[in-house]
Amino acid sequence: MANYKMQLLICGGTGCRASSSNLIIDELKKQLETKNLADDVQVVETGCFGFCEKGPIVKVSPDNTFYTQVKPEDAEEIVDEHIIKGRKIERLLYTDPETKKHISDSKHMEFYKKQVRIALRNCGFLDPENIEEYIGREGYEAMGKCLLERTPEQVIKEIKESGLRGRGGGGFPTGLKWQFAAANKADQKYVVCNADEGDPGAFMDRSILEGDPHSVLEAMAICGYATGATKGLIYIRAEYPLAIKRLVIAIDQAREYGLLGENILDTNFNFDVELRYGAGAFVCGEETALIHSMEGERGEPTVKPPFPAESGYWGKPTNVNNVETFANVPAIINKGAKWFSSIGTDKSKGTKVFALAGKINNVGLIEVPMGTTLREVVFEIGGGIQNGKKFKAVQTGGPSGGCLTEKHLDTPIDFDNLIAVGSMMGSGGMIVMDEDDCMVAVSKFYLDFTVEESCGKCAPCRIGNKRLYEVLDKITKGNGTDEDLELLDNMSRVIKDTALCGLGQTSPNPVLSTLENFRNEYEQHVRDHKCAAGACKDLLDYVIEPENCVGCTACARVCPVGAISGERKQIHEIDPALCIKCGACIEKCKFNAIFIQ
Amino acid sequence: MFKPKEDRMAKVKSLADLRKMKENLQSKVHLREKADNPEALVQIKVGMGTSGIASGAKEVFNYLVDELEKRNIEAVVTQTGDMGYSYAEPTIEVTLPGKEPIVYGYVDVKKADEIIEKYVKLGEMVDGIIPANYRTIEENK
Amino acid sequence: MKNIKITIDNRQIEVPEGTTIYHAAKQLGIDIPVLCYMELKDMNIENKPAGCRICVVEVEGRNNLAPSCSTKCADGMVIKTNTPRVLNARRTVLEFILSDHPKDCLTCAKSGNCELQDMAVKLGVRKIHNEDISEMSTYKIDYSPSIIRDLDKCIMCRRCETMCNDVQTVGALHAINRGFESVVAPAFEMDLEKSTCTYCGQCVAVCPTGALTEVDHTTNVLRALADPSKTVVVQTAPAVRVALGEEFGLAAGTLVTGKMVSALRRLGFDKVFDTDFAADLTIMEEGTELLGRLGKFLEGDKDVKLPILTSCCPGWVNFFEMQFPDMIDIPSTARSPQQMFGAIAKTYVAEKLGVKREDMVVVSIMPCLAKKYEAQRDEFKVEENPDVDFSISTRELAHLIKEANMDLENMPDEDFDNPMGESTGASVIFGTTGGVIEAATRTAYEVHTGKTLEKVDFEQLRGMEGIREAKVDFDGLELNIGIAHGLGNARKMLEDIRAGKSHFHAIEIMACPGGCIGGGGQPLHHGNSDILKKRAEALYREDAGKKIRKSHENPMIKELYENFLGAPLSEKAHHLLHTHYADRKPKVELKEE
Repeated sequence: MANYKMQLLICGGTGCRASSSNLIIDELKKQLETKNLADDVQVVETGCFGFCEKGPIVKVSPDNTFYTQVKPEDAEEIVDEHIIKGRKIERLLYTDPETKKHISDSKHMEFYKKQVRIALRNCGFLDPENIEEYIGREGYEAMGKCLLERTPEQVIKEIKESGLRGRGGGGFPTGLKWQFAAANKADQKYVVCNADEGDPGAFMDRSILEGDPHSVLEAMAICGYATGATKGLIYIRAEYPLAIKRLVIAIDQAREYGLLGENILDTNFNFDVELRYGAGAFVCGEETALIHSMEGERGEPTVKPPFPAESGYWGKPTNVNNVETFANVPAIINKGAKWFSSIGTDKSKGTKVFALAGKINNVGLIEVPMGTTLREVVFEIGGGIQNGKKFKAVQTGGPSGGCLTEKHLDTPIDFDNLIAVGSMMGSGGMIVMDEDDCMVAVSKFYLDFTVEESCGKCAPCRIGNKRLYEVLDKITKGNGTDEDLELLDNMSRVIKDTALCGLGQTSPNPVLSTLENFRNEYEQHVRDHKCAAGACKDLLDYVIEPENCVGCTACARVCPVGAISGERKQIHEIDPALCIKCGACIEKCKFNAIFIQ
Repeated sequence: MFKPKEDRMAKVKSLADLRKMKENLQSKVHLREKADNPEALVQIKVGMGTSGIASGAKEVFNYLVDELEKRNIEAVVTQTGDMGYSYAEPTIEVTLPGKEPIVYGYVDVKKADEIIEKYVKLGEMVDGIIPANYRTIEENK
Repeated sequence: MKNIKITIDNRQIEVPEGTTIYHAAKQLGIDIPVLCYMELKDMNIENKPAGCRICVVEVEGRNNLAPSCSTKCADGMVIKTNTPRVLNARRTVLEFILSDHPKDCLTCAKSGNCELQDMAVKLGVRKIHNEDISEMSTYKIDYSPSIIRDLDKCIMCRRCETMCNDVQTVGALHAINRGFESVVAPAFEMDLEKSTCTYCGQCVAVCPTGALTEVDHTTNVLRALADPSKTVVVQTAPAVRVALGEEFGLAAGTLVTGKMVSALRRLGFDKVFDTDFAADLTIMEEGTELLGRLGKFLEGDKDVKLPILTSCCPGWVNFFEMQFPDMIDIPSTARSPQQMFGAIAKTYVAEKLGVKREDMVVVSIMPCLAKKYEAQRDEFKVEENPDVDFSISTRELAHLIKEANMDLENMPDEDFDNPMGESTGASVIFGTTGGVIEAATRTAYEVHTGKTLEKVDFEQLRGMEGIREAKVDFDGLELNIGIAHGLGNARKMLEDIRAGKSHFHAIEIMACPGGCIGGGGQPLHHGNSDILKKRAEALYREDAGKKIRKSHENPMIKELYENFLGAPLSEKAHHLLHTHYADRKPKVELKEE
């Protein structure tokens, strides 16, 4: 085994690969080869570092230099300057937006300072395609401890005491879920990993599977041991080809090493994992729909009870947990429930991964202790709002969540606090909005998503959400009435009250939370036919600024509907009743006399 | 990369097996783990500017990496650019956890051995210190 | 089973563990409205997707409302079925459903018999908000020989899907697409005609709205009746006479044979005949075929196909032709009574009446939708002229009678015309599960043993169990008889035969649960299985009251053989009364649009 003096870690996540990180890897290897350094310096393709805004990332160990936005053509310089001469390449270092100083060690960046990485502990650290790296970092030791040193009851107790709750959205106590599955007797039980990540903008599960597949496999085996299951299934959307590829490699390697399969670690415990591909239906993230989809049936939820723990895959007791939940498990076993429960808030222990997106400077994947405030996430880790604009709202919980405002910024994030303020944790999507976002349009956007993703089984979700969308659309077009606001409220509440599964029961949340927190915006649309954010095109008026108008008649001539009138050398006027907002006049006007309000 | 089938390790047969394997494989990720929290470890930077390399810095660098590992000392050895002490090359900067960095000049393999044995292991001063009126690499930016 | 105590609308009740809120409330006389839910009690048929959300109730301690059809009671549960919150939710959800449903009730085939309409009446929805901007989901109308699918009217109750898949295992209908566009349809939204549909019509029988209806031939029938150049004869299937009365408000199981005959005569049919006659004829042919195969079997012939399967149900014929094409040599080759009737009517009877084939129109009144398809099969045509011209359902006949200003209840009782009006008790029970095989047994026993049957009633063959079996002693020869109704049960029988596990000598199979009394063309049962049981009882009552109860004793049948056919299985009989089957497994063609 070569004793490498240095290692270059390059992000091989889907995001960075899209920016040619694989070419960077090739180029670095080529450079090292030609400069005779291949035995001293190892190139490692890792999972996601999280700081996607600045990708592709190349990290140099052991001096911990964090290069951002690297291009393939930078490879030669990295080898020549950094590796051979030991000089850091300043232009590739991260620049702190406040101090304008270069920061070379990621630990000192605002983005990473407050992060605590448990679920993402190996992402951006290990080569996910090499089980040996995982084993070298305590990999499968948690499973070994469980199999040889603990009873299934003790494992469940440990998970219960850790306070781990489901990271897929529901927040159900994981240990309790395992206990239910363990309690049901059957000749065959199953462990299912829900990798049907579907919230718009959320990609934590994909990142974990791409960056650290073995931790999920190990956790599933632990769960199998605890609940008495011998078969594990990962339901993963086919749109995640890289995650699938790495899972397939990981499963093969784990079998090869005897860490999956029969008589694991010479015990009589058998456990193996197979993949099941989903076609990317959002509703298949709901565990009963997921199970039906795996059975080859239409991906539709069914009424619970019976819960999967009682009657799941092929009617057998089945424990379904999400990827991030599983990723926490080996760490809990290795470091202890006490350690895990020391992180987080009273009722929400540990950390949570969030996908930061929207009008925020540092877009990416972060993991913070439960109890971190929205303000810390948005303004410290997220680096605040892009282009110095004003913060307006943050949407948590994906399409099922709600929009929170300025007044919620100091709310410590945990399962219960988010629900208390009218949103939810969801799988951890966090979309930040600024003053240019119209909240009516935002809720319309989310409804559009739920309408598209409804399975169609129950009437409130199938039809009700469509009607909600139509009324929102009506309002954004300026045709809404006060009655429509009441209607929105009633429809939303009834849909929540009557829909069959979590999708429908939460789909009106964006409407209800914006109605509550931004009612004035709705009223403005309805009563004044105005959209202050300027996002609803139909509510914009084209106006001529008299001071700038010279009466050149250019605008009047180009207007296709004859909405502009005025004599030559006189100030012109636009008739809003005729104007179709095509924008031709603005394009034509040389005097900046036409603007939109 | 993953090794071809024939020279793969045998199946892991027990927890002890797994732990042994971990010991053996730790080196694969050790470098990264150390880099994650270098403040807690001995940090040694080797000046590898053109003049440093010409005076044998690379040899010293390799010696330090190998010897520290052999002697079971948790340390991070990195290379750095010219430290600005061309007259005293090769130069290395040693930072013990919680202590100020100290720069040694004219470091050859023998000197390196002395630095490991006396300063790193016992905290005793060793001759050849260059007065600490320079700034660390980071601060130079 | 343990009993649990619950409180519904402030009243306490004790129910067995596992009872749903809906059923518990029913015991208290609280009728929670249900739309998608449907149960055929004692027949193991239940549709419970919990999809319409109309039956929601408030359960103390639960965040959202609970669907009462599929929520089981828990000990100490406190339930409220009519709070303002519940009523508002029901109304709003129904408004959602109505907002995506055409408002053409006035011209809808289901008008007056539509469960959605009833629900709208009950819940009093008076306005569809924003109707002008509410998009409707629309689909092309699919016409097949038996069934029309107008999916704009589908409310996704999924009852048809349950019948087609869980009960019938036909697999022609399934929910496809997602969200607002989701609809129940054959795979790839292809036409029903290209699917594995057997036209059993069980989907139509349970559809709460006008989304699934039968192809209506009443106009054609009226046109034929109005044509002076045509001699229009009608045949009525046994199951019609025990169900037709329901359409006129009579209790289920009321026998209206005589009134039906007079109504038909007044509608203008030249001859009112009885399919029962053809049923007796079927027994002669099928029974002889059974005895023939049995004889060969007893002689040690290894190639003989046993068990023999009945073939008088066209839905069943479609099923095995499409799903078990490798086994098409097992069923009897005897045509269904409808087609035997048509063949004899347009030959023997036409000759007797002195009418040319092309001037005779044969109309059949059937409890069945598959018969519409069967009537137009090429095998049953002579030079493009079908043996049976129009097959109309019990429901269509009711419409015709009502349209012609007749009140069935007050019609006089009249007798069928001859020669094809004479029938035996054996043929009457063709209309219920177990009836065909009982009728065949009566005849086969006497033919085989040469002895007179002392007890005509074979109680062991009767009942509503999906799969039944009985042993019949043929004077020392013990015959194993199997009965299956519902195609799902038929599938089990066929799979056993294919696997060589079947020990039966003869099996009766009916496509519809309950047999023809539960046919797709019958008055809608709306989920009440008692109706089916009462219809069956009425058939056995009619049988018991008949003077002649064995098919081979029907004098008109004897005459037919003497004067026309010769003997059962004669060449002429083969030509007119038997058929052949073909592999009709649908070939899925995926065309690029």
